[in-house]
Amino acid sequence: MTAAATRSTAHSIVEASPRTKAFAGGLVILYAVITILPLLWIVATAFKSQSDAIAYPPKVIFEPTLEGYVNLFTVRTRQTPDFIAKLPPPETWYDKLVRKRDMVIAGPSKVVPRFVNSLIIGFGSTFLAVFLGTLAAYAFSRFRIPLADDLLFFILSTRMMPPVAVAIPIYLMYRQLNLTDTRLGMILLYTAVNVSLAVWLLKGFIDEIPREYEEAALVDGYTRLQALRKVVLPQAVTGIAATAIFCLIFSWNEYAFAVLLTSGEAQTMPPFIPFIIGEGGQDWPAVAAATTLFVVPIVMFTVLLRKHLLRGITFGAVRK
Amino acid sequence: MAQIRIENLRKSFDQFTAVEGSTFTIDDGTFFAMLGPSGCGKTTTLRMIAGLELPTEGKILLDGEDVTFHRAAARDIAFVFQLFALYPHMNVGENIGFPLKCQGMARREIRERVQETARMLRIEHLLSSKTSKLSGGDRQRVALGRAMVRRPKAFLMDEPLGALDAEFRHLMCGELRDLHDRIKATTVYVTHDQLEAMSMADQIAVMNKGRVEQIGTPQEVYDRPASMFVADFIGSPPMNFLRFEGGLRSGDRAISFHDTRLAVPEIREDRASAPLALGVRPEHIRFADAGAVRGEVFGAEYLGTTQIVTVDTAYGRVAARLPSSASVQIGETIGLDFAAERLALFDIGSGRAIRTASAEGVRHG
Repeated sequence: MTAAATRSTAHSIVEASPRTKAFAGGLVILYAVITILPLLWIVATAFKSQSDAIAYPPKVIFEPTLEGYVNLFTVRTRQTPDFIAKLPPPETWYDKLVRKRDMVIAGPSKVVPRFVNSLIIGFGSTFLAVFLGTLAAYAFSRFRIPLADDLLFFILSTRMMPPVAVAIPIYLMYRQLNLTDTRLGMILLYTAVNVSLAVWLLKGFIDEIPREYEEAALVDGYTRLQALRKVVLPQAVTGIAATAIFCLIFSWNEYAFAVLLTSGEAQTMPPFIPFIIGEGGQDWPAVAAATTLFVVPIVMFTVLLRKHLLRGITFGAVRK
Repeated sequence: MAQIRIENLRKSFDQFTAVEGSTFTIDDGTFFAMLGPSGCGKTTTLRMIAGLELPTEGKILLDGEDVTFHRAAARDIAFVFQLFALYPHMNVGENIGFPLKCQGMARREIRERVQETARMLRIEHLLSSKTSKLSGGDRQRVALGRAMVRRPKAFLMDEPLGALDAEFRHLMCGELRDLHDRIKATTVYVTHDQLEAMSMADQIAVMNKGRVEQIGTPQEVYDRPASMFVADFIGSPPMNFLRFEGGLRSGDRAISFHDTRLAVPEIREDRASAPLALGVRPEHIRFADAGAVRGEVFGAEYLGTTQIVTVDTAYGRVAARLPSSASVQIGETIGLDFAAERLALFDIGSGRAIRTASAEGVRHG
């Protein structure tokens, strides 16, 4: 390499210097630690005993126990030591764990049905929102629709105020329609909120796909719907994945409507978790266990779709 | 293979009329080019023939059958797009076989047809490649393959060479014409590049502002332009226009051009005095001291075999194509002599060519 070339790399505007790279790397790691630490703390707390969980100074090293998880999944009653001594010997490890604290298991807790509710409502509304959003976005992107701009603005305008602002009317409406505390009601509500986001995001993605692709398919013998399914959708996968994640995160985490509209049958995890705190003292390990469980599906979903997500979020920034 | 007939075809989008009332026939096996500047309606016309756009008025007939409102898929026509529109999620072979798959053909038969098509285009070795790895020319061949594999009634091509670089475009022009000669399919080719149209087409339709200005062979369009627009659009540099005012009488073989008499092809129509233009191609100008028009040399552009010399005259700037050996001094005053039998006359008001012995029988759109 010539002297001139060496000098030019030292001042390159494309390649960062090793020092800059190290600094940038350090910043990224610092940020990761700051964001991941609370999560790790929750995961750890789930394995602590109740006294370790509230110990001061906080315990980083502790003896792990599954009590938090056992408490999360069961309902227990407090008994006198005499009564417990008279019982037949415990059949399972969790019976034993509970009896040490002078309690017996009375039955399973509601966490599993609540978790199933969250899964059904979260994924159901995400699927519906993305499905409807894709069809609407395709139509807006490809067809001459009268008043298209006004319609798009109207769709967006549904997101201009916080959804909770209409909580009371929706509550009254749901009561009339017998939709309160039903999974269908929650799916419809979350779909309604998400579909505007889905239409706008997906329209951007579909606009980027040249129409020639589906026109070629139309000329070659496909119907409009076949062309959409076999030609447009495979290319919009990135956008659909990104949109699905955004929609799922919203409906998965939604708290205000869930508190207001569900209390039993259709209750989701967000209103259920604080409910755990109230049961027999502040059971932080059980809350942490519930939170850990609650985070898992979103993390898995995001990890599964991550290769689409990175391109999805920055779409349009760089043309392929 | 098929004959395509367009009758009074019109297309408007809201206030804007993209194509207005053109009527023409594309004969079976013809390589038909639609040529014009961007926004002239050539692509819209093509898309209406394909069924990707519905006309506002008029009819499209394929082999005598009215297909105006048939779905694109029902017309048995292949379309080649400027951006090739190769599906990025399929490899070359799958792309070529796609139209057959749409028709539900058996897999083995598809494979045979794809092989055969690839052999014809000399891209057999690429069948299992990803389309994103191909060069521009190979992409173009794959796009053509996808069009050919179905053996459609007609090929419609929308600036298929527009995305290629100049050198390659020239090569592909040759290949396309060669391919057409082998399979003899009716081809409608849309382009804004006159060289592509001139070098490949049997017939050229020159379009402007939604109207077909002229339809003819490349020679007709070049030698006997039907309007000032065609004369100006085709040829590089374009035809020179020298304005004058005067009347014309059928049978005359000369016109009064300002103060002089100029020999022209025999005039075939009578005209009251009106603003007219004398059209002369750069290659039909000679420098001669006795020339009817005098001017001062403004500049010369050397092109290898010829040179383009621009001359400022009293009637405007004129470009002349001279042998590159001719020595020309800038600023020198010279006389221009025109080849009388190649001159054209136009009515400036309407832009139309005036009928003369050389511009007789020109087909307007």
